[in-house]
Amino acid sequence: MAAAELAGLFAVYKPAGVAWGRVREAVETRLLRELNAAPAAAPRQRVRFLPTPAPGGGGAVELVAARVPVLADHPLVRGPRFRKLKIGAGHRLDVKASGVFVLGIGHGNKLLTDLYNCHLTKVYTVGGLFGKATDDFSDTGNLIEKTTFDHITREKLERILAVIQGTNQKALLMYSNIDMKTQEAYELAVKGLIRPMGKSPPIITAIRCLQFALPEFQLEIHCLHETQQYLRKMVHEIGLELKSSAVCTQVRRIRDGVFTVDDALPRTQWNLQSIQEAIRNCQLRVETELEKTLAHGEGQESSSSAGWGQLGMLGRNVHEQSLQYSTAATCQQCDGQQKERG
Amino acid sequence: MMAVWARPVSRWGCLLSAARAAELPRRLRSGGRPARACRQLARAAALPAGKEIVPGRLPACRRLSVGSRSPPDGAKDGSFSSPESNLPSVQQGQAKPEILPDLNAKILDEDWDDIPPSSALEVISEEEAVQIIAEPLLPIQSSTLREYVDHSETLTKLVHLGVDLSQVEKRQKAGQLLLTLDFEKDVKKKLLFLKDVGVEDNQLGPFLTKNPYILGEDLEALETRVAYLKSKKFGKSEIAQMVSRAPYLLLFSVERLDNRLGFFKNELGLSVKKTKDLVIRLPRLLTGKIEPVKENLQVFNSKLLRIRERHMFLAFLGRAQYDPAQPSYISLDQLVSLPDEVFCTEIAKASMQDFENFLKTL
Repeated sequence: MAAAELAGLFAVYKPAGVAWGRVREAVETRLLRELNAAPAAAPRQRVRFLPTPAPGGGGAVELVAARVPVLADHPLVRGPRFRKLKIGAGHRLDVKASGVFVLGIGHGNKLLTDLYNCHLTKVYTVGGLFGKATDDFSDTGNLIEKTTFDHITREKLERILAVIQGTNQKALLMYSNIDMKTQEAYELAVKGLIRPMGKSPPIITAIRCLQFALPEFQLEIHCLHETQQYLRKMVHEIGLELKSSAVCTQVRRIRDGVFTVDDALPRTQWNLQSIQEAIRNCQLRVETELEKTLAHGEGQESSSSAGWGQLGMLGRNVHEQSLQYSTAATCQQCDGQQKERG
Repeated sequence: MMAVWARPVSRWGCLLSAARAAELPRRLRSGGRPARACRQLARAAALPAGKEIVPGRLPACRRLSVGSRSPPDGAKDGSFSSPESNLPSVQQGQAKPEILPDLNAKILDEDWDDIPPSSALEVISEEEAVQIIAEPLLPIQSSTLREYVDHSETLTKLVHLGVDLSQVEKRQKAGQLLLTLDFEKDVKKKLLFLKDVGVEDNQLGPFLTKNPYILGEDLEALETRVAYLKSKKFGKSEIAQMVSRAPYLLLFSVERLDNRLGFFKNELGLSVKKTKDLVIRLPRLLTGKIEPVKENLQVFNSKLLRIRERHMFLAFLGRAQYDPAQPSYISLDQLVSLPDEVFCTEIAKASMQDFENFLKTL
């Protein structure tokens, strides 16, 4: 059954101006249409005795055996074979934003939760415009004030960005619950793998300026646990810091964890074949990323003093993932490390 | 959406064995007489007995005529609908309907205890055994029409016409209605009427899928409504068009139609001719709610998105030329209605891949 084989994660490119729910429904409708269009099995046959006029004539009838199809299997009676598909959505995008939007089908929905628990960073290109301030921080809101912006230079902007990155770095270290004085923490920091593995307010891990042409500018932002409105507010605050004002013209997600813009399917390719191909292409990457993150998650947690509470959650994930690491092995590992330090 | 089925009672079976006549499908509602609902496979000649295995408490099996079933005591409750009444009367052979009612009357008078029940274990001859047809019983109630379609003439003919029964069974009471109709008496006349009005043959299926209730309407009422529309100076082809596009139109009574037309004339301030034009092109305005504009808005939005993308692509390429005077003019019609591949290669002179890459930068 084609629908049962269709399971996994893939990314679509959500266009701006539509809600994410509609995108999900549109994908579901298209897939259902293609699945139902596939030729159905032939209807069952049944032997019935149909009366036909006897050859002798004169009104006598005799029964003749005939094979007739069973009408209960007729497509007009049975209806479409597939009526619904379980499609789940990953990190959402609001109406005005566009970009990579991860969807899961069938068993892939379970991987969605695991991906969420990996807390991987997302990368956005955010476009801004100096000189205006609106109530919802975007260029379609009600205008609040207009300012001059001639005094702004690229250097000043980058200075502000560095300040933002610095404050966010502090928040990052605080929320990732790592004891800074350990060797593990240093190694992770060198590799750049320190992340908050639980709930936290939005954190920006990296921010830089891609283009600067007054009054427009474009930033690339790597962030965690964010919302698109938070990014727009950030643009507004950058404007305020530069003693001017700014509105956000575009929020576009170019990367969500392991899915990049190249993997995302544009609207013209939302069909069964492309989606199957996309699932196959991304499968290996998703699996490796999940294993890597959860393995590091255990190592990270075991080294922190207050990490035992979170270990339970990770243990559950390990069970669900049914990775090679068994709980016995991890416990031994943890015990070993405890003994080393103690 | 249930079809109530008559639970067969085995006692009647042995009484039927005396009948041995050709069975005909009978409507159960006829006068409260216990009608004999039967399968269609009856022979004219000496009918062999078939065995019907009755599950449950009743101990005996009866010798029945081939595939016949008997309803419960009609005297007790004579009014229930049964899908059997629409069994395809494939054999149009000799009918001896008079025998059955007489037998029924006689049977009612007899005392049931006089009849010795025959056991399921008694020995029968080979020929009789071969002639037993024991098919599973039709369910008493069901939420789909699948189980009944093979046994009901109306349903079979409707499926051959193209009616989508899986949609019909989802509507309120539509399935029940279809099962209780008799093809020869009611449905045929209405179909001929619809053809008269001007609905095409291949449109009958989709029409009935959207509006199965029309088969339950009174024929005179339908004709009155068409006459009303004609009196309002709608031509025959126009009426045909309206009815095809808005299947519910003929379900509205004359007053309701009048009110709605009046609403369009008065509230929207359109002249008579304009109202007529509008109604002919969009008869669903009459049948829908009075805010049908919202539906149009949604369609508009999705098209708007497509148009916006295409326009931005053209602007990016520098080909957005909408002034007819200039060369390489692109008409709005082309912008909107062409399929994607044609648009890319002809109008934008770029490949599909370029268009997709551009889409991903928006």
